[in-house]
Amino acid sequence: MSDFSASGLACRRGERLVFRHLDFALPAGGALVLRGPNGSGKSSLLRILSGLLPPAAGTLSWGGTPIADEPELHRDRLHYVGHLDAVKPTLTVRENLRFWAGMREALDEQAVTDALARFGISALANAPARFLSAGQKRRLALARLLASGADLWLLDEPTVALDAATIVLLEGIIAEFRAEGGRLVVSTHAPIALPDAQRLDMAGYAPAQGTLPVLEALL
Amino acid sequence: MSSLHRFANPARFSRLSRAVLPWTAAGTTLLMAVGLYLGLVVSPADYQQGETVRIMYVHVPAAWMAMGCYTSLALASAAALIWKHPLADLAAQETAPIGACFTAIALATGALWGQPMWGTWWVWDARLTSVLVLLFLYLGYIALVNAFDDPQRGARAGAILALVGWVNVPIIKFSVDWWNTLHQPASISRLDAPAIHPSMLTPLLLMALAFLLLFITLLLMRIRSRLIDRRIQVMQQREIEG
Amino acid sequence: MSGFRMLVARDLKLAGRQGSDALLVVGFFVLGAVLFPFAVGPDAAVLARIAGGVIWVMALLAAMLSLDRLFQADYEDGTLELLALSPLPLGFLVLAKCLAHWLTTGLPLIIAAPLLAILLNLPADGFATLVLAMALGTPILSLLGAVGAALSLGARRAGVLVSLLVLPLTVPVLIFGVAAVDAAVGGYPAGPHLMLLGALFLAALPLCPWATAAALRHAVE
Repeated sequence: MSDFSASGLACRRGERLVFRHLDFALPAGGALVLRGPNGSGKSSLLRILSGLLPPAAGTLSWGGTPIADEPELHRDRLHYVGHLDAVKPTLTVRENLRFWAGMREALDEQAVTDALARFGISALANAPARFLSAGQKRRLALARLLASGADLWLLDEPTVALDAATIVLLEGIIAEFRAEGGRLVVSTHAPIALPDAQRLDMAGYAPAQGTLPVLEALL
Repeated sequence: MSSLHRFANPARFSRLSRAVLPWTAAGTTLLMAVGLYLGLVVSPADYQQGETVRIMYVHVPAAWMAMGCYTSLALASAAALIWKHPLADLAAQETAPIGACFTAIALATGALWGQPMWGTWWVWDARLTSVLVLLFLYLGYIALVNAFDDPQRGARAGAILALVGWVNVPIIKFSVDWWNTLHQPASISRLDAPAIHPSMLTPLLLMALAFLLLFITLLLMRIRSRLIDRRIQVMQQREIEG
Repeated sequence: MSGFRMLVARDLKLAGRQGSDALLVVGFFVLGAVLFPFAVGPDAAVLARIAGGVIWVMALLAAMLSLDRLFQADYEDGTLELLALSPLPLGFLVLAKCLAHWLTTGLPLIIAAPLLAILLNLPADGFATLVLAMALGTPILSLLGAVGAALSLGARRAGVLVSLLVLPLTVPVLIFGVAAVDAAVGGYPAGPHLMLLGALFLAALPLCPWATAAALRHAVE
């Protein structure tokens, strides 16, 4: 099996247990949509999946191998798009994208050009990124997905600041990515069309008592 | 949840510390009384320094504890980073102010001692200078731990700083000694005589032991009060949530 | 290692476009040192005696001045998260940032130091040693500074905090750096002091990035 899977994941933020007993298995080409109210741990789960945040309990594995055993390999195959766009205002749009493609040891000028074209920001390629609107910055952040060549996309609220047409564009790009065997985990409040996506309702994994269980255990 | 078993320890800590505290407190009082009596009354005055030598019985143990506390701060920090045990975090955070106080006492008594000996409150003696830098390390740690809105972030950052500082302490000590020999070659600055008479050594060691027990007592009390503080937070939280 | 080069190149480019950072640091360095003759009087002998120490202390303070931005900008705009997720190990990322920081602040300080040495009447025998000692010492300042900058990420009043954390740790650099200059001026061999400075650099080179990486990992959790 070559699933990207989680078993018994738990997340702690400060004194608060955010979720526990979380399991999923994501096959190649699969998409996982995280649902739940604010504070239910969608962003935290994505950070755990990326390896930024160590889980309080449970294991993540890729093709049966625990990710904790090979963190570099995991970082190499994923790309994470968080709430922040990580766009440097003084660099041009193209330089911003080239930098991230180069950080992944895969600097392919053609891929950079294609990624910009795909997200409709080719015309701005040589403009300093400080002139971009919020939506354009978001598109630049998403363009990194294509330039990175990653197998696993982790998207935290990707549709924020995007107009309807761009959301349709993103849906198309995701569909192509999945058709090539890419995996996707996405948290979103906006309706986004992801055929055959698994749904994970975070509310189901909240601790039974909404109070501070970790603190209680401390007494 | 299995990973929570380690948080059960604070309960055991509460029970244990309650049992131990009276003994360490009593031991501190007793040793300090005997040590001070022997040091201030029984032991002879120094033939060179006269009665001022008696400051040694406070100064030297305080200086030892200043170093010792920093080492235990580093050890607790290492434990906190490796095992992520919340008690280790608390122990580190509560060690720092005690260590800083011992350091301040060592500096103050050093200055008091220096006045009659050297005729000035402060001499840039190698040992005193190292202790002064140590005080800055303590203050930096305390400032860092308290500079975050998320207490956990403060604890982690403080733990890393404590380890970095601990690695640096011998280097700083060495460099200060180096600097000192460059600038004042004569060794007028020995605060403790190399061959010390038993009548002085006994009270000195008793006082050192008393300071150690004092540290343990204060640390246990501080950790207990932190745990009680958390308990109050939980009870208030429950009240809010009904 | 292409990621290492990319990151150094990006930081240099950012420093170049944002422009004045390096100039500000050098300006502070020169201005601060120039205040001393006003404070202690223009007596050439007094200035010559304290020149080495003044230049080193000002270099220390100037290096502190630029530290709080070392990771702060990347932390605020989300770049740091992505850097932590890039395949390049975090320790090397830190090393790349330190190298860029040194090139944009340490190197200008070294270049400006002889000018200050002239203004402060440092005897000519000390010039070469001063530059050499600073070449060994300023990279240590960048490395130690990175630890402080990473630890205080997200803290209140991070700028002041960094100085409070890092300055005590720089005492050995100051001592050996000044001792080397003083030895050269006094006609003694400066070699031992410079070697100790070199030893500090070799110790800081692996240890500081390691500690910094640990701090950054907690900062992006």
